[in-house]
Amino acid sequence: MWLLNSSIGKKLIMSVSGLFLILFLLFHLCMNIAAVFSGEAYNMICGLLGSNWYALAGTLVLAAGVVVHFVYAIILTQQNRKARGNDRYAINARPKGVEWASQNMFVLGLIVILFMVLHFTQFWYNMMFAELAGHHEVELGGAMIATTHGAEFINYFFKGNIVNTVLYLIWFAALWFHLTHGFWSAIHTIGWNNTVWLGRWECISKWVATIICGLFAVITVIFFLNGAGA
Amino acid sequence: MDKDISVTLKVWRQRGPKEKGQFETYKIEKINQSVSFLEMLDILNEQLVNEGKEPIVFDHDCREGICGMCSLYVNGHPHGPATGATTCQLYMRRFHDGETITIEPWRSAGFPVIRDLMVDRYAYDKIIQAGGFTSVNTGGVPDANAIPIPKKDADLAMDAAACIGCGACAAACKNGSAMLFVSAKVSQLALLPQGKVEAARRAKAMVAKMDELGFGNCTNTRACEMECPKNISVSNIARLNREFISAKLKD
Amino acid sequence: MTQIDSKIPQGPLAEKWTNYKNHQKLVNPANKRRLDVIVVGTGLAGASAAASLAEMGFNVLNFCIQDSPRRAHSIAAQGGINAAKNYQNDGDSVYRLFYDTIKGGDYRAREANVYRLAEVSNNIIDQCVAQGVPFAREYGGLLDNRSFGGAQVSRTFYARGQTGQQLLLGAYSALSRQIGLGKVKMYTRHEMLDVVKIDGRARGIIARNLITGQIERFAAHAVVVATGGYVNTFFLSTNAMASNGSAAWQCYKKGAYFANPCMVQIHPTCVPVKGDFQSKLTLMSESLRNDGRIWVPKKLEDAKALQAGTKKGKDIPEADRDYYLERRYPAFGNLVPRDVASRAAKERCDAGFGVNSTGLAVFLDFSDAINRLGKEVVKQKYGNLFDMYEEITNDDPYETPMMIYPALHYSMGGLWVDYELMTSIPGLFAIGEANFSDHGANRLGASALMQGLADGYFVLPYTIQNYLSDQIQVPRFSTDLPEFVEAEKAIKARIEKLMNIKGKETVDTIHRKLGHIMWEHVGMARDAEGLKEGIQMLKDLKKEFWSNVKIPGTAGDLNTELEKALRVADFIEIGTLMAHDALDRAESCGGHFRTEHQTEEGEALRHDDKFMYVSCWEYQGEDKDPVMLKEDLNYQFVVPQTRNYKK
Repeated sequence: MWLLNSSIGKKLIMSVSGLFLILFLLFHLCMNIAAVFSGEAYNMICGLLGSNWYALAGTLVLAAGVVVHFVYAIILTQQNRKARGNDRYAINARPKGVEWASQNMFVLGLIVILFMVLHFTQFWYNMMFAELAGHHEVELGGAMIATTHGAEFINYFFKGNIVNTVLYLIWFAALWFHLTHGFWSAIHTIGWNNTVWLGRWECISKWVATIICGLFAVITVIFFLNGAGA
Repeated sequence: MDKDISVTLKVWRQRGPKEKGQFETYKIEKINQSVSFLEMLDILNEQLVNEGKEPIVFDHDCREGICGMCSLYVNGHPHGPATGATTCQLYMRRFHDGETITIEPWRSAGFPVIRDLMVDRYAYDKIIQAGGFTSVNTGGVPDANAIPIPKKDADLAMDAAACIGCGACAAACKNGSAMLFVSAKVSQLALLPQGKVEAARRAKAMVAKMDELGFGNCTNTRACEMECPKNISVSNIARLNREFISAKLKD
Repeated sequence: MTQIDSKIPQGPLAEKWTNYKNHQKLVNPANKRRLDVIVVGTGLAGASAAASLAEMGFNVLNFCIQDSPRRAHSIAAQGGINAAKNYQNDGDSVYRLFYDTIKGGDYRAREANVYRLAEVSNNIIDQCVAQGVPFAREYGGLLDNRSFGGAQVSRTFYARGQTGQQLLLGAYSALSRQIGLGKVKMYTRHEMLDVVKIDGRARGIIARNLITGQIERFAAHAVVVATGGYVNTFFLSTNAMASNGSAAWQCYKKGAYFANPCMVQIHPTCVPVKGDFQSKLTLMSESLRNDGRIWVPKKLEDAKALQAGTKKGKDIPEADRDYYLERRYPAFGNLVPRDVASRAAKERCDAGFGVNSTGLAVFLDFSDAINRLGKEVVKQKYGNLFDMYEEITNDDPYETPMMIYPALHYSMGGLWVDYELMTSIPGLFAIGEANFSDHGANRLGASALMQGLADGYFVLPYTIQNYLSDQIQVPRFSTDLPEFVEAEKAIKARIEKLMNIKGKETVDTIHRKLGHIMWEHVGMARDAEGLKEGIQMLKDLKKEFWSNVKIPGTAGDLNTELEKALRVADFIEIGTLMAHDALDRAESCGGHFRTEHQTEEGEALRHDDKFMYVSCWEYQGEDKDPVMLKEDLNYQFVVPQTRNYKK
C-alpha cells in the first residue's frame, strides 16, 4: 500500500492527520470562547459532549488522529535519522531562510504532547473519563464538582493559578512554532503549492498559528484573571 | 582589494567507507584572496605531496560550477558560504584572516564516503535510471516545432532542469532527503508535453527508487533550496507530491 | 607508402550519406544481441552513441572517469547548437551550414563529412526536443534561435547559457534508460589506459578502476573512443581538470593515426590568468561579443599606467581607445571568428598594450551597450555571466570594463577517422572531439555540440553496423587471451616505473612547465625556430618527468596523483606531436598560425597548393620521430577562398 510504504504516502498521512488536528483545535477554541462569555453555555457544551456515543466516537477518532500523527512522527524521524548516516556534521549552520521550527518539529511536537498529558489529567480524565467510569461527580480540592460543569474546572485550574497558567502559555508557544511550519508544510505535502503560493501559504500558516494559539493564550489569561464567564 | 590571508583548515580525513575518520588541522599561510577555494586545496595538496604525505582526496572537475562534481561541506554549508554557487566557484575573499575553516564530506547514508572528502553519489544516477527520461529511441521523432510549448512552461522546465546533481540538497537536509533532486527531474519532464505522456509512471518509479536507496523523508525545511547552487525551488517538491499522489490515486 | 582511404561514398555531395545508408550492411536484431561494443566516454558523443547502440540491441559497456556519466565536460558548453532548420526563414539551408562550416574551418575539413554533419543537424534538434530538452522558446510556443559566432543567419538553438548541460542531460537520460534496462553496463570512475588488439582488430580495453586502483580487462567486438580533446596539454585551458588525451594517445601508440594534432582552438573570451596557482581558465560566453566592444589603449603610456594599476579602464578617454577589431575588420567587427579575435588580442598585448598587471588582457567593454539598452536589459541578457565574472575577479563589469584574454579551448585535431568514423585500426572508432572531426583548422561557435551529437546519435550507429555485420560469427573474447594479459602487464610495468621514480617534483609542477613550453612555443603564434626549440625542450621535459616525478601512495589504491601522472606522461608526448605537426604545416590556417606565413596586414596566409591535406601521424616507437602520411583533400564542390572578415 503506497500510503504506508512510500515516503510521500507517509508524509501525506502526517499532513492529513495534522490538518485534522488543526480543525479540532479550531473547534476546541470555539468552546473556550463560549466559556469566556458564559460559564453556563460552556457547561451545556460539556454536558452535550459527555458520555454519548457520538462524543465518544468523536473522541476516539480524535485520539486516533493524535496517535497516527505521533506514531508517524516517530517512524519518519527514525528513518530520517538513519538516512542521515552514522557520522554527523561537526559544524551545523542553519541556512538563511530556513525556519527554526521546521528543523525542530519533532521536539516541538513532543512538548505539545507532554502538555497534552497534563491537560488530559486535569480536564478530560475528570470529565469524560470519569463519566465513562460511571461517576457524575469528582473531587477537586476538597469539593465535589459535577463532571459536566466545565466552567468550575476552569475556575479551579486557572483562576489565580499562576503556575498552571504559565505552563499553558508555554504549551501554546510550542504549539505556535509547530503550527507555523506544520500548516503550510501539510498543504505543500498534499501538493497544493507552487512558486507563487509558496510565500502566501507560509504567511497564511503564520496567521493560522497566531490566531489559534493567540486566542487560546488570551483566553487562558482571561481565565487566570476572571475565571469562566458568569 | 584582495589581500593575503592566513587560515587554519580542519579537514576530514578518512581512508575508506568502513574506516573511522577524523579531522586533521593544516595551516595555510599568506594566501591571496583572489585564489579559489579549490586552488587553495591544490596548493595544500602540493605541499603535502612535497612532504611525502598523501594529498587530500576531493571530487572536482569542471571548476566552473556546472558539472556538479565538487562537493565540500564548508563551515556548515554544502558548497560553502556563498549562495547560488558551487564549491569551485568559491573564492578565498569569502574568508577573513585568521579564520578556521572546517571542511567535511557530504554526510548522508545515501552518499557513503569513499575517501576523505570524496563520496559516492551513484544513488542519484540510479534514481534517474529508474525513470528520469522520456522513453524515446533515437530517430523517428516528430519535428522539433510540431508541438508548441508555452514559453512559461518551457521556462519553468528549464528552471528545474538546471539541477547539476551535485547532492547538496541531500547533504543539506537534516533528513537526508533527495526530494529536491528527484522533484527537479520529475517537474522538468512533467511540464513538457513530451514528458507528460509517462509522467505518472515516472513519478512513481523515481520515488520508489529514492525510498529504496534509503534517502529520508522530506519535512519541507527548505534547507535544500537555500543551499542549492542552482537555486532549484521547493515548489518542484510540491509538484512531485501532486504528481505522485494523483498517480497513485488513479491506480 | 600507405595509401589513406577515407572511404567517401560516390555520388553528388547531397546524396552521399543517403547512398551510404542505402547500401551499407546491417546487423539483424537477433545478431545484435550477440555483439558487444565498448564506448569510452559519456560526453555528448559517448552518451548518445552508447544509448543509441543499446536501443538498437547491442550490448554496450560504457566507461567514464567521473563519478557519474552526467559530469562529462560537454556539460560546460554554454552558447548553443547549430542546425539548418531555417525556422527563422532567413535563408538558411543544409548547404549554407555546410558551407559556413567548411569556410570557418579554413578549408581543411572533408567536404563529405561536413555535409553529412549539416544534414543530420536537424535530426538532433528533433531528438533533443523529444527527450525533453528545454530549449528557449518564443511566446508562440515555437523554438527560439539566435545568431552566434558571427553567422549571417540565426540557426543556433539554446537553453539559457547552459545548452551543453541540457543536451548532455538529454543524452544522459537516454543512456540512463538503457542502463536501467540492463542494455548498457556502466563503469564509472574507470579510466581507459590501453586498447587491446587481437589479429589487428580492436577487441577490448584495459582500464584502471580509480577507486580500487585495480587494472581491469574488458573485451568487446568493437571499441568506440569518445574521450574528448587534449588541450589540457597546455595545463591552463577551459577544459575540466580531468579532461585528458590519454585514451586517444594510447590508440595512437597502438597504430591509429593521429590527425592534425597542431589544430587547437584558442577561445578569445576567457578570464585572464592571474597567478601561478591558477588551476584552470574560465570561459566567458562568446555571446558577450554581441554587445561588448573590445579595446586596448591607443597610447603606450596609458597601457603602462593600466599595467601598473595607476589608471583604470574608465579613466581612458574615448579618443584614446583602440577598438582594434572594429578597426581591422569593419564588416564583422567584434564578431570575427574565434581564431581571428584571439590572434588580434595577442598581437596587441605582444605590442605592449595589455591592460592588466601581467599585460596579458584586453578590455571587453559594455558601457556602450548599457547606455544604448539600459542596465536592466544588459542584466537580463548577461546577468549571470557578469555575476560569475565579479565572483572570480572582484570587479563589477557594469562599472569597469571586463578583462579577457584568449585561452585554449578545443582540439580540432584528434584520432584520424574515415567516413565511417573508424580509425586506422579496424574495429576502433573515434567520435566527438576525440576524432579529428569536421571542423578543419578552426571550429565555429555552436558546432561542437552539433558534431558530438551527430556522431553519437546519427552517424556511428549506422556506420558501426557496416563493420559489425562481418563480426556476427565471432564469439565473445575471453579476457584471459594472451593479448589482454600482455597489455595488462605493460600497463602495470608502466605504472610501477612511475611509482618507483620517487623524484622531487610534483606532477602539477611538471604539468605547469609543460604548459609554459606549449604556450610559448606551440601556442597562438608559432614559427619554425620556436617549434624546433620547443621539441627539444619537450624531449628534456619528458626525461625530467621520467626521472624526477614524485608520486605518493601506492599503485593498487585510490591515487589521484598517479592518475594525473599517467595523463601528464601522455600530455608531454602529445605536445611533442603537436609541435611536429605545427612545424610540418608551413602555412597559417584557422587555429594554426605560423608567423612566417602571414599577409602584409598580419592575416593568416594559407598555402593551398602545398597543404591541402590532413596530416596523419603514425607512431614509430618510443622516442622515435613519428611519420606523417597525407590524406589529400580534394575539394570538388566548393572553391577554397581566402577568409575575409574585413568586408
